[in-house]
Amino acid sequence: MNDRVGSRFMRIVDRRGDPQGRGAVNRERFIRRFKDEIKRAADDEFAKRSITDVGRGGRVTIPGRGLVEPHLTHDDQTGSRDFVVPGNREFLPGDKLPRPEGDGQGGPDGDEPGEGEGRDSFAFVLSREEFLAMFFDDLELPNLERTRFGEVTMERMHRAGYTRDGLPMNLLPAMTVRMSIARRIALRGALTDQIEELERELEEAGADRRTQIDEEISHLRHRRETLPFLEDVDRRYRARVARPAPAARAVMLCLMDVSGSMDERKKDLAKRFFVLLYLFLERKYGGVDVVFIRHTEHAEEVDEQRFFNDPLTGGTLVRPALELAQRVIDTRYGGPDWNVYVAQASDGDCTSEDGRLSAAFVDDVLLPKVRYFAYVDIPSSSGWFNRPSDLWQSYDAIEDPAFARRSVRGRSDIWPVFRDLFGRKQAA
Amino acid sequence: MSKKPAPDPARERPWPKLLKRPSVPMPRPGAQRSAEPIARGSEWTLSTLEKFDSALARHAQRLGLDTYPTQYELITANQMIDLCSTVGMPVHYAHWSFGKQLLAQERGYRKGLSGLAYEIVINTDPSLAYLMETNTLALQVLVMAHAGYGHNGFFKTNYLFRQFTQADAILDYLKFARGFVQECDERYGWPEVEKILDSCHALAAYGVDRYRRPGRLSPRREQERVRERLRFAEQHYKPDFAHLDAPTPTREEEAATAAANFEPQENLLYFIEKNAPKLAPWQRELVRIVRKVAQYFYPQRLTKVANEGAATFWHYTLLHELYDSGEVDDGFMLEWLANHSEVVTQPAYDSRSFHGINPYSLGFSIYRDIRRVCEQPTDEDRQWFPQLAGSSWNEAIAFAMANFKDDSLIEQYLSPKVMRELRLFLLRDGEEDRRHYDVRAIHNEDGYVKLRQALAAQYRLESHTPSIVVARAGDDTERALLLQHRVEHGRLLEAESAETVLKYIKELWKFDVVLEEIDAGGSRLKIHRT
Repeated sequence: MNDRVGSRFMRIVDRRGDPQGRGAVNRERFIRRFKDEIKRAADDEFAKRSITDVGRGGRVTIPGRGLVEPHLTHDDQTGSRDFVVPGNREFLPGDKLPRPEGDGQGGPDGDEPGEGEGRDSFAFVLSREEFLAMFFDDLELPNLERTRFGEVTMERMHRAGYTRDGLPMNLLPAMTVRMSIARRIALRGALTDQIEELERELEEAGADRRTQIDEEISHLRHRRETLPFLEDVDRRYRARVARPAPAARAVMLCLMDVSGSMDERKKDLAKRFFVLLYLFLERKYGGVDVVFIRHTEHAEEVDEQRFFNDPLTGGTLVRPALELAQRVIDTRYGGPDWNVYVAQASDGDCTSEDGRLSAAFVDDVLLPKVRYFAYVDIPSSSGWFNRPSDLWQSYDAIEDPAFARRSVRGRSDIWPVFRDLFGRKQAA
Repeated sequence: MSKKPAPDPARERPWPKLLKRPSVPMPRPGAQRSAEPIARGSEWTLSTLEKFDSALARHAQRLGLDTYPTQYELITANQMIDLCSTVGMPVHYAHWSFGKQLLAQERGYRKGLSGLAYEIVINTDPSLAYLMETNTLALQVLVMAHAGYGHNGFFKTNYLFRQFTQADAILDYLKFARGFVQECDERYGWPEVEKILDSCHALAAYGVDRYRRPGRLSPRREQERVRERLRFAEQHYKPDFAHLDAPTPTREEEAATAAANFEPQENLLYFIEKNAPKLAPWQRELVRIVRKVAQYFYPQRLTKVANEGAATFWHYTLLHELYDSGEVDDGFMLEWLANHSEVVTQPAYDSRSFHGINPYSLGFSIYRDIRRVCEQPTDEDRQWFPQLAGSSWNEAIAFAMANFKDDSLIEQYLSPKVMRELRLFLLRDGEEDRRHYDVRAIHNEDGYVKLRQALAAQYRLESHTPSIVVARAGDDTERALLLQHRVEHGRLLEAESAETVLKYIKELWKFDVVLEEIDAGGSRLKIHRT
């Protein structure tokens, strides 16, 4: 202890570069435990978000009741206690001062919660990932076929041990050399046995036989010394066999009506729906292709940016959009290994002729090609009370389990409808 | 007291003015400077910090402060949040409650509601102190003096820490605990593990041996013990004959003698670990882990005021030494003093920011007053502290740090001057009148002793943690666990929390748990059942 200054142990370790997020494991546990509450809060939160914010993380507040960690405490309404507090300005012994309502003030233990959120709720911030995970937790693409259900399969190559022939790129040098060593050991042993036998014979044999045997022995010796390092039989290749694998490749075609009758409110609702859909697909199925088609009288395929942000007005024809969808499917997503989904959003304004043709087209042409066709109807808020839209009425003609339609009237409907359309169906 | 009496001389207040702010003596501008400032400005580098540390070490040694060696770790704000969430330990087993802490802290920090604790120090050997990268130079040095010297010295010398914790073993033990909990997660599923841990956490305050010194922690031995225990259980697994191993049902007389011989136990978790009828070995192990961790933190619970007071006193003293010898400049002083006075602020009882007595403030006042009494005693001090007045302050402080916990420190050293400065007064919340508090004593001649005793009592463990003992267990066919709360001053348990906690205990005990509240005479006041 005397000479601490000189030989002092003193270190400053820079830990700033250490892997971050040591607390992540505890954070994850917290979210896991209060999943239901958090999900409910996240759902509420979603209804309030603007469209660009949907995918961001955010503040959620969950009821605080469940997360109290209880411990035994005294009930301040019973018994009597003496306690000391600071800051006396005016009191003399014998004075009385009013007892504050409830607890908190005046208590001797300083661990009462501060003002603000209080005990009833607990607010915290979720990251984008956590937020989306909460949203899409029990959602699925409906009718996504996998091998298990036996229909649509594609083949995937799998490793399956070794084989004696194959492509040079699949050659396994280490395995090949191992086989070569084994072959040489085996052959050398056999040759040695033969040589030894001949040598034994040599001792008893006559002169003429001797030269013959000598010759044979030297021949065998020569063979033994010159065993080839590699022969064809040594070669080993990776074996790959094709096994049927689930076809989880999927494409989603998003069809949106952007005609003049779609006012800003409706467009906002439609976009919200598609943003949600897009985030869902992006998160849940990394490999899902998304095709954006918007239409007025004409249909065009656009990129994500223009689909959500580019204003456009004009009349309405539904059918061209459906036809374009069909062309896209046929040219790019034909064949059995694609799961094709179509989601259509529209205010349902169309001529009756167009509606009829569209319904027929969906029923006859599109539905056989797709797994699921979801139609989201966004009726005018004004207009005839609760009258179904034209397109909605036209679609009445379609009866197919792969076809579903819902009506969205306000922001708060979007999430429930989305859940409804893509909720994990109870296994039939 | 319905009508105020006319002003009379007895009601003359014993003080002339409103509450004074605690005075922080300013640096003495004219003092002799022997050195140039080590650094100026608020930027720092590792080498300036090292220079400051050796300066602090020199002063600490000269003033007789004995410490463990310190290792400082430089960390980011995020890492600090992580640390705070696991009660300051760099390793800990995983649990959702730490996640809750983390989320709350993170949000508070992001919103700027709360600053971060800028000092965390861990009682290990060498002791670990954390420096946050966003701190300025003055704050870094303040943290070094506070944590690396103040707390560290307290950990090293205080009798409770010497007796109760093995500073060098705790991190390794926590590593073992983390691994074990993770393994249990994998083997038995997290809901099961969490159930046990939640229950144990609710009882953590009752998982300590208060008087017995705990055995040494050795993670390796611990691990071997666990493995041995589990292997034995697996080898001897025979579900068909399991009932043969169960203790034979006790007969009436046996039960009676057992009950008569049963000694009340205050370490609930220990009792449960050893005696719970249906816990699996790994579950017992979890109970043990929580218990050991609680035991480690036990001295810290007893020494909040003493510990923080000592640390604050020492950073205050050491930084003033630096200033007096010229090693820091005025700007440096003003910066940390602003911070210091924020830390030691004691809001009055009726202020919005009042959350009870600030341990930093109380502790700092007590220690600083010890030094004052030693150096400049008044007549009052000579009367109250004859043994201190005029003696060497270094020794007096070292003694006060080494031999007291909160209640005894207050009882021994709380001086009238500190009571006056903090304007302490004693309130009684009596059964007779629930709508008012009675003022029982204030800081005057009649009140000092009462105040001091009451404040000391307030820091006794029993005053905030109800004392619960195991009174009887498993001696009847129901195998019920009987707990008793020894009621003091008629203060019963808060019923709602008692009920939840009982449910948690039942989770461990698996049979009925009864909690009765008895008064000093032994008669039952109230009973809680699961």
